[in-house]
Amino acid sequence: MIWTKIKRTLRSGFVSFWRNGSVSLASVLVMIVTLLVISSIIFIGAMLTSTLKSIESKVDINVYVAQNSSDEDIAALQKSIKNLPEVSTVTFTSREDALTQFRQRHQDDQLTLQALDEIGTNPLGASFNIRAKDPSQYETIVKFLDTQKTSVDGTGTGIIERVNYSNNKQAIDALNRIMTSSRKLGTIVVTFFALVSILITFNTIRLAIYIFREEISVMRLVGASEMYIRGPFVTVGLMYGVVSGLITLILLYPMTYYVGPLTFNLGTGLNVFTYYVSNFGQMLLVVIGTGLVLGAVSSYLAVKKYLKA
Amino acid sequence: MLFLDKVSKKYADNTSALDGISLLIKPKEFISVVGPSGAGKTTLLKMILAEENPTSGTVTFENINIHKLKRADMNEYRRRIGTVFQDFRLLPDKTAYENVAFAMEAAGRTEEEIHADVPHVLELVDLGNKMHNFPHQLSGGEKQRVAIARAIVNQPDVIIADEPTGNLDPKTTYEIIQILKKVNDLGTTVLLTTHNTGVVEHIGRRVISMKDGNIIMDSLEGKYVV
Repeated sequence: MIWTKIKRTLRSGFVSFWRNGSVSLASVLVMIVTLLVISSIIFIGAMLTSTLKSIESKVDINVYVAQNSSDEDIAALQKSIKNLPEVSTVTFTSREDALTQFRQRHQDDQLTLQALDEIGTNPLGASFNIRAKDPSQYETIVKFLDTQKTSVDGTGTGIIERVNYSNNKQAIDALNRIMTSSRKLGTIVVTFFALVSILITFNTIRLAIYIFREEISVMRLVGASEMYIRGPFVTVGLMYGVVSGLITLILLYPMTYYVGPLTFNLGTGLNVFTYYVSNFGQMLLVVIGTGLVLGAVSSYLAVKKYLKA
Repeated sequence: MLFLDKVSKKYADNTSALDGISLLIKPKEFISVVGPSGAGKTTLLKMILAEENPTSGTVTFENINIHKLKRADMNEYRRRIGTVFQDFRLLPDKTAYENVAFAMEAAGRTEEEIHADVPHVLELVDLGNKMHNFPHQLSGGEKQRVAIARAIVNQPDVIIADEPTGNLDPKTTYEIIQILKKVNDLGTTVLLTTHNTGVVEHIGRRVISMKDGNIIMDSLEGKYVV
């Protein structure tokens, strides 16, 4: 019996979707707009994240080690830095590496190279390059390095000569502020647009069902149960979701294809088309899923109003 | 079978649609309710269908107060009452066949029963050849016959017909009344409201005359007196 009921509900929903073509068309169109808005929100979010990531990756701290420090001291320092929970990576550049890199950087600058040769010894010190997991954590890392500095200075064998953080501090702080506010602003804008488009879809479906209010009362008089009346409407709502979801996914393909190079050149480091294609599974789930939930919930609630009798 | 005990209905603006009406309806009766507009005929039917609750008094069906029924029991009760309206109230996006089948599906009948019964019932109201037409492709009389087919298909105990011939010409009116008489002969109680004097005299059965929310006459072989 339950199968018969499900079969009848589905069949009745399908038939109603086709026979009320113009109503279905209007609802599907509105829902496509909503799903496009939600998709572009996802793309904008991805572009924002990618931009922030590429800026973040440019922030780091350099720690210059005193020339006369021993290998053991350096190894010990590297280990203690690495053990900090905030630190993502630590790369060590030895004196020799620093010299090679310096020569490479200035290979066209004969004067500098001559000056270097004249000194005879290697004037460069070894250094650590530290990257934090999150830009806001640099402050903590620097504080730790400062304690190392003073304690080492106290015993007279200070191996940290210089930390170049203070120079970058202002830039890093500004970046931190920008990132926090753009995340907040992003969330507000996204929530607003998503809410508006969901409300519009909800209203459209409500109006579509308003047309059937007389029929709902007739169904009640014939003695149809609530679920039996509601089922076909929810089925139609689900169909709106699937159909508009599929159309949206198809539309997104040419749309992102055209916009893709533009978004990349904007300096976001992200081509929307590549993002769409490589995250297609996820997009499919989100777009169709949103359509299904939106369709079903709107229909369910809209019918509820006319079931009261 | 159906018993109304001192039923009153007042609306929000304090107008009184029914004024303490008592009425007993026995099985297999054919009752015509007559009276001018605003006499309370439709309100009376709404009380019986439990579309509205009475302000005071009770309506009992086989000794059960129908206004106290739970949702599921209410659906069960409504399936035992067939309804026919002046404006037909068919489902416009369903064919004649599907309209009748819907009532059976709602009652939880099997596909086999539906395939067997729907054509039979449509044949009974002489619509065998228009089974797959949509309501907008049918005339007024044909729509009303679909409505009657839908009302009787679940073999209800009572048929309630609210001005079923109000929108129809005399010839079609006669046909519809003939069908209702046939249904009554097969053992179903029929409760009909009408304005039409000719209809009442043609039926020649129990007539209840109403005015201003009161029953002013109840005669077993009545005539239209209001």
